[in-house]
Amino acid sequence: MIKTDKLVFEYEKQDDDGRVIGVSRAIDEVDLEVKPGQFVAILGHNGSGKSTLAKHMNAILVPTDGTMWVDGKDTRKEDNIWDVRQSAGMVFQNPDNQIIGCVVEEDVGFGPENLGVPTEEIWQRVEESLRAVGMIEYREHSPNKLSGGQKQRVAIAGVMAMRPKCIVLDEPTAMLDPVGRREVLRSIQELRKREHITVILITHYMEEVVDADKVIVMDHGHIVMQGTPKEVFSQVDELKKYRLDVPQVTLLADELRKRGLDIPKGILRKEELVNLLCQ
Amino acid sequence: MSIKLEHINYVYSPGTAYEKHALKDIHLEIPHGQFVGIIGHTGSGKSTLIQHLNGLVKATDGALYYNGENIYAEGYNMRELRNQVGLVFQYPEHQLFEADVLSDVCFGPKNQGCSEEEAKQRALEALQLVGLKEKYYDRSPFDLSGGQKRRAAIAGVLAMNPKVLVLDEPTAGLDPKGRDEILDQIAYLHKTCDMTVILVSHSMEDIAKYVDRIIVMNHGQVAFDDVPKKVFEHYEELERIGLSAPQVTYIMHELKARGLDVPADVTTIEEATEAILAALKKKGE
Amino acid sequence: MIRDITIGQYYPANSKIHSLDPRVKIVGTLLYLISLFTFKSIIGYVLATVFLFACVKLSKVPFKFMVRGLKPIFLLLMITVAFNLFLTPGGAVLLQIGPLKVTEQGLSTAVYMALRLIYLIIGSSLMTLTTTPNSLTDGLEKLLYPLNRIKVPVHEIAMMMSIALRFIPILLEETDKIMKAQIARGADLESGNLIQKAKAMIPILVPLFVSSFRRANDLAMAMEARCYRGGEGRTKMKPLVYQKTDYIAYAIMICYIVVVFVAGRYIPFKIWIF
Repeated sequence: MIKTDKLVFEYEKQDDDGRVIGVSRAIDEVDLEVKPGQFVAILGHNGSGKSTLAKHMNAILVPTDGTMWVDGKDTRKEDNIWDVRQSAGMVFQNPDNQIIGCVVEEDVGFGPENLGVPTEEIWQRVEESLRAVGMIEYREHSPNKLSGGQKQRVAIAGVMAMRPKCIVLDEPTAMLDPVGRREVLRSIQELRKREHITVILITHYMEEVVDADKVIVMDHGHIVMQGTPKEVFSQVDELKKYRLDVPQVTLLADELRKRGLDIPKGILRKEELVNLLCQ
Repeated sequence: MSIKLEHINYVYSPGTAYEKHALKDIHLEIPHGQFVGIIGHTGSGKSTLIQHLNGLVKATDGALYYNGENIYAEGYNMRELRNQVGLVFQYPEHQLFEADVLSDVCFGPKNQGCSEEEAKQRALEALQLVGLKEKYYDRSPFDLSGGQKRRAAIAGVLAMNPKVLVLDEPTAGLDPKGRDEILDQIAYLHKTCDMTVILVSHSMEDIAKYVDRIIVMNHGQVAFDDVPKKVFEHYEELERIGLSAPQVTYIMHELKARGLDVPADVTTIEEATEAILAALKKKGE
Repeated sequence: MIRDITIGQYYPANSKIHSLDPRVKIVGTLLYLISLFTFKSIIGYVLATVFLFACVKLSKVPFKFMVRGLKPIFLLLMITVAFNLFLTPGGAVLLQIGPLKVTEQGLSTAVYMALRLIYLIIGSSLMTLTTTPNSLTDGLEKLLYPLNRIKVPVHEIAMMMSIALRFIPILLEETDKIMKAQIARGADLESGNLIQKAKAMIPILVPLFVSSFRRANDLAMAMEARCYRGGEGRTKMKPLVYQKTDYIAYAIMICYIVVVFVAGRYIPFKIWIF
């Protein structure tokens, strides 16, 4: 679905007068592969290059060097750009700054309109997508009156209405409260179950990636860790080094293991730990 | 320097279609020097509540006493109140405006009537207190990272020498490390500056280990008001109002239910480790 | 503070007027406004009044909402009336207070002027109250479409208008927050002379602009990510298609214009001075 080969992205650093004073590498030779239907989570602290990577998947940014293929298409080729954007839909962090329509349903219809989808089909797609994220009863509301979590679900519906093969979510929960976060995550899970869509979730909340098929940790533009959540979370000290959080259960299990209890590495769910301790 | 709220009610846009009873009969007393966490989900009234503390929002009815004086009394000096109760809003982008960090931090003291020299002196002190490195002082505040902006914004209020520091979601949008650093810094401020600190958040886990007291807001009312341990005992109710206790609390409750003799009111990982080890040892004997 | 301002004062209801095509409403309102200046006699005013109130009745919008639109121009209205009333010479003098005279001509001009202004406001509020801002922009886009040929970027203008409409409430709220943040830092926004006041606005305006540019940047990115590439090749979710009622409405409009024009100009009819 998404594949990169030695992907590099550089940007110019400028001083106060706009003169170029050097080049900075936001992404440094990243090799990555996401298979169709997978749920891949990308973790990293702010400035680790994870958002820059996400923007490549949608051809908002194109590689300085190396290649990125989305659904087999090279994002650097001008002709592919609209196909790429259609196959990899993107949801951004700030819910307010990505809703274009003044009415929920019109916003969801914005993508299909741009694709030149016939009117009747737009209506059908809008209805389906709003249903899929559980926002159908708000179709005629103004987005300004919705909560953060609801706005993000509308944004997800807006992407779904474009019938993408893959959806890239760039810190979709960073500006939400716990209730909003739960709403958005539930919507993503539903979509995965029902549409078998490929999901790439960029976040710094560890609890959100427990169900992922693959977790990738980025730091300074490199991929520094990757594997199943269990594999990644078993390296507690390593994660801390990359300025990341570890779920409290994992921390507690790790602490107990260090103190001599026979507990395996990479405990992710509280039930697991409780079962082990009560044996 | 105590703050006392008596039967505070606040109604948004009364008489229109958007009328909303944002605060209902709030009764609180915050003594000087306390480190308080106010928790609630979006729309619970927590932000409205803190805007009452420095008179930015005036209660529809009720009385608010600062140092025993009713701030709604006629002729009360609101400016002086705002000097004493510093409020740092959620987004530092909403207050940073000067060309460089140092001048921005000087804005508050200058408004208080300080001379150029004195304002600069206070700004430098404040910047040191929030742990912003000197090399950033002459940078544009817009070029700073999220965590640094936050520090600059806090310094901007701190430079006014407030007796009470109120922070609205100071960790929003920061990564885990950045969040811990800011919270540690705030805890340090509380310890060194002899201030009352009021921290607003929607995350229990984040602030549990810092504060002396947690006030849980829900639908414009105070749902719980106690020390963290006691508040987390109500973890099931908290869950119902869209909040959650730290994961450790759940684990301890679960273990207890399954017959392991552990105290259920544990909130930190260190405590939990000790408690579990002790319980297992006892069980083994 | 600032939250009280309401813009885009749409009144949701299910009426014949609401369901008309926005183009009909825009053209109709325009024609009505022009018609107000075509007649001279009382018959014209009677017809214009009847027509307007029939439309208001049909729209199911409570009359007080229409009147609300008059409030901001009340002062202007009073000044216009006073000028016309006291300063128009001609006809017998009806009333004299010191140097001020009210003539027959003055009275009739003042009354007519006031009526015209009031109907102008009510007529246009009727349009905004019954049409969502979005369909107004849609209607304008479609109406102005021919201008595309002379290289006027009609689609882009309409897109700009609808984005502006979406962001006005967000920016108002943001201004409110910024003001509070600066007041909390001791900013004084009220006292001082004009220059001092203007200077006091800087701490508000800088963050507001910075944040607006960021929003614009984000939004442009989000639009591109959703394959937006200008008006070409775009389909519409809600295309404007004239229905039977729209043609009927146009027909009624034309009848009204003709009748008002002919009757108001050529049928001599006078009650007292009017």
